[in-house]
This record gives sequence, structure tokens and C-alpha cells, in this order.
Amino acid sequence: MFIPMAVAIADARAGKRGERVYSGRVPQLLERGFIAFKSSTYMIVLSGFLEPVLYLLSFGYGIGKLLPIISVDGENIKYVAFIAPALLATSAMNGAIYDSTMNVFFKLNHDRIYHGMLATSMGPLDVALGEIGWALIRGFAYACAFMAVMAPLGLIISPWGLLAIPAAVLIAFGFASCGMAVTSYMKSFQQLELVNIFLLPMFLFSGSFYPLSVFPQWLQFIINLFPLSHAIHLVRGLCLGHIDFALLGHAFYFVVMIIIGLIFTTKRLNALFMK
Amino acid sequence: MSNPLISARGLTKKFGDFTAVNGIDFDVFKGDSFGFLGPNGAGKSTAMRIIGATSQRTSGSVSILGKDPEINGPQIRAHLGVVPQQDNLDMQLSVVENLYIYGRYFGLPRKFVKNKIEELLTFAQLEEKRDTKVEALSGGMKRRLTIARALVSEPEILILDEPTTGLDPQARHILWDRLFRLKEQGVTLLITTHFMDEAEQLCDRLIVMDKGSIMAEGSPASLIKDYSTKEVLELRFGSDRNQSMADSLRSMCDRTEELPDRFLMYTDDGEALLEKIYAADFHPKTSLVRRSSLEDVFLRLTGRTLIE
Repeated sequence: MFIPMAVAIADARAGKRGERVYSGRVPQLLERGFIAFKSSTYMIVLSGFLEPVLYLLSFGYGIGKLLPIISVDGENIKYVAFIAPALLATSAMNGAIYDSTMNVFFKLNHDRIYHGMLATSMGPLDVALGEIGWALIRGFAYACAFMAVMAPLGLIISPWGLLAIPAAVLIAFGFASCGMAVTSYMKSFQQLELVNIFLLPMFLFSGSFYPLSVFPQWLQFIINLFPLSHAIHLVRGLCLGHIDFALLGHAFYFVVMIIIGLIFTTKRLNALFMK
Repeated sequence: MSNPLISARGLTKKFGDFTAVNGIDFDVFKGDSFGFLGPNGAGKSTAMRIIGATSQRTSGSVSILGKDPEINGPQIRAHLGVVPQQDNLDMQLSVVENLYIYGRYFGLPRKFVKNKIEELLTFAQLEEKRDTKVEALSGGMKRRLTIARALVSEPEILILDEPTTGLDPQARHILWDRLFRLKEQGVTLLITTHFMDEAEQLCDRLIVMDKGSIMAEGSPASLIKDYSTKEVLELRFGSDRNQSMADSLRSMCDRTEELPDRFLMYTDDGEALLEKIYAADFHPKTSLVRRSSLEDVFLRLTGRTLIE
């Protein structure tokens, strides 16, 4: 009897863990990302790279002129070297959020691409991981590009700074998985604005441009509940060579974010598509 | 008879208090072209989504190739090609890229998909549009591409939800022709439609659905034979006079239906009845004798027309 290849492939996965929601098709989804990317507008890609570079130029060299050296925790460092890692962490966040909110919302509600995908032998976890994976690839590319700007300017003080790239990917992963989970609850483009209302103050108050120690204790405590300050601490610690166990704690924060985000995203996609 | 490919018993789907599908039973056999005929909101699409393993039933049982869609979703979907009511092509990609990546979603190897694409482009008559972005295609082309896309995995069962809604007559005929070819190749077709001509053209067997329930089941010809007369005489007297004329004409045949714009008389010989009517000195503005259709079956079963 003739057995279609698609059936043989799906049957081969029978009995594997998570077979109802996952079929191991993440590479195929990344492939879609590359095909779509090839013919997409490069402007969005370019702006994702330019944003932190422009911040670095305007703040680093503007404020850096007035405040060439600042003192943080009793150590003197160049102002521009202080903010550059924070901008790297922030751009990792912004890229991941853009991909996992605007892009995902559009594919989910407007083009209904996920409906098409889930009519195949894929599962919702494939879609979630594939989309997040694509956000990570972009995050990785942005981080490398930004490092390529930072390094010649002498802004990476420690060799540990190389680890800032995987750290940026970890940060992007955390934001992308939570961003996708949040997006799956959104009903309209207007509601997506809520994401920005949350992100902007986080960006301004998480210690990008000055150390958190300028704030009273209680405010520092609140800021540290949110992810971006952990991202900034992690990347800054690596770039400046301040290596201690606290860095592991910051990294762990993102591991937890990734897990929670993935659980909610898969649940929600299942609920949305298996109505 | 062999085992059915798809079998449902007491299939029920509720959304909150609303019952979309209310305890339906049906069997679809290999090579069947099986139709769900009913107006919008009859529960056809919901039933299709449950068969397509993208919706969970509230109660009852469903078996597709001996498997339960709730447990073996991905495996069942590997057997199916799905053409949804609302196109969900990948707008960022070209025609060829859409076919290619969809094959890849099934886990198929690149080489296999690339060979398959050429065949599908010919089938869908889209060879010249191969590198066009999907957004620029006409409605009929998008529909053909969606069908071609559903065939990339060589499915044994093709599910088509309102395949020609929104298409012009020429595009519909092209599409019907393509579906006929698939049927000849032995693909089992599941079709929902609210067009009776589509159901008559494409389906060997169909169920008539209304408000979540099955009203009747059979081949188009047997349904017409069982629930209607051979011919129908349609009369129009003008909107203000239809009602009063109807009252006086009703006794001239066994069954009549009054619609807002016309009066239907069911008979085995339409011309003879029309002559009788003229002889009795009635003068309709227009008259038409036609064969009974599934529309008449639906009217008989529900008292309503299919498209309202």
C-alpha cells in the first residue's frame, strides 16, 4: 500500500515526548524566516542596528564630553563605556520584543499564517519555538554588529566581554518568549501599545544612563523586580570584567522568564487553535 | 463494505451556551466526495475543523483512519490537505515559496518538495505566476494556490471549506474542474458549501445540515427524489400580488412554497400545470419551469432558503 511520505514522517514521531504539541520542525520555521527575510524591507533590520549606535553616539559623546569619567561603586570608568553595555542589552530586548509582538500579532490575526502552519503535522510548540528562534537569530546578529562597533572604540574592557554576545541572546530569548505569550492575549493593535507603555519607563529607569545607586533603596528594589535591570547588570558586568556570582543570578532570572514564557505561549496557541 | 475513513458518532461542539454541532453521525468512505450542505452558521465549518484536528469536540466520538484527532493530531493532519474558508497564504512569500515552505512544514525533504512544486504549478495553472508575490494574485488564483498547497503532502483526504465562495463564475468552473481531477485520482474530498449547484456538481453523497443538526443524507439525486418533485414551476405576480394569488393557486398541486419574491409549485409536469393555470385565467408576470434542485430539498426540510 502507498504510504505518503508526510504520513511516514509523522508516524515516525509517534510515542515521542510532547508529540501532541511538538513535531521537531523548528528548522523548517527558521527556513521560512530566511526566505521571508530575503525579500523583506531591510529598513527594519537597519533601524534595529542603528538605534543603539545612535544612542551611543549622542549620549556617549554628548554627555561623555561633560562627564568623561564617572565613579561607580568606588571605581572610575569612562561614561561611554558605562552606557554601551546597557545599550547592547536594551537593543537585544527591543529586537526580541518587536519580533515577538508586532510581527507575531500580524501573523496571528491578520495574515493568519499560524492557522495554515497548524493545519500541517506541526504543533503549536513548533511554531512558538520557531518564531522565538528567529527572534534569537536576529538578536544574535544585532549583538555581533554592536560589538563590532564597541570593540574598536575600546569600550570592551575585559575579555569576558565576548560573553556579552551569548548573554544578549539569552536576554532576547527571555523577552521573546514572554513577548509572544503576552501577544497571544492581545485582541487589537491598540492593546499592543500597552507593551510600549511598559517598556519605555523600564528602559529609562533601569540604570542605562546612570547607576541605580542614585535611587533610594525602595525604588531600586522595585526596579530590580523587572527584567531589564538584570539584563543591564549582566552585560555590563561582562563588558567591564566585574565577574561575580551575582551575574549567574541575573542570568537565572532570564532562564525563568524563558520557561514561563514558553509554557504560556504553548498553552495559549493550543487554546487559540484548538478552540 | 470496507471500514469508513472518517466516522463520527454523536459529534457535538458547544461554544459556551451555543451548540454549533449537535450530535451528528456520519461515515465517509475512501474515494467518496462527501458534502456538507447548509446555510452559514449550520455548523459545517466547525465539523470540518474537528475532523481536521484543529478543534476539540465537546462530546461524541470521531475516528479518522482509526485514530482520534484529540490524541493523534499531528499524525492525522499528515494525512489531510486543508483548504480553509479564509485564505491563509503566506503574504510575505511568492507562489513557489508558499508551496515549498508548506511542504517543509510537513517535514518533507527539500528535493521531494521541489519536484512536487512543478507538478502543482501545472495543476493550479500558475506556472507563469511562480515568482509573483501572493498579494498580487486574483481571488481565483489564490484559491487555486491554496488547493495546490494543500496537495503538497500528497494527502489522501482533502478538506475544502466553502471552496468557491467569493469567486466569479468562471473561476468557480476552473476550480470545480481541478477538484474533479483529484476525485478521479482517488482523493477523498470533504466539501462544505452553501451553494446547491456546487454540491450537485461535486458530491456523490452529502448531508444537509441546519442549526447544528443533520436534516437528511444521501446522494444529490436521491435527496431530490425523496424530498421534492421532478419539476418546479416558479411564478411571479409582482410583489404586492404574490400573496393573494398564492391563496387561490394552492389547491392546484400537492405542495407549494411562498418566497418573498416568487411562488413555487411542486409538480412532476411543470408545463401541464402552467397550462392549467392559464386556462383558469391566472396571468403571472413571469413563469419558469425547472428541474428540482437541492435548494428545493433544503426549503422542504427547513422552510428556509440556503442563501438568505
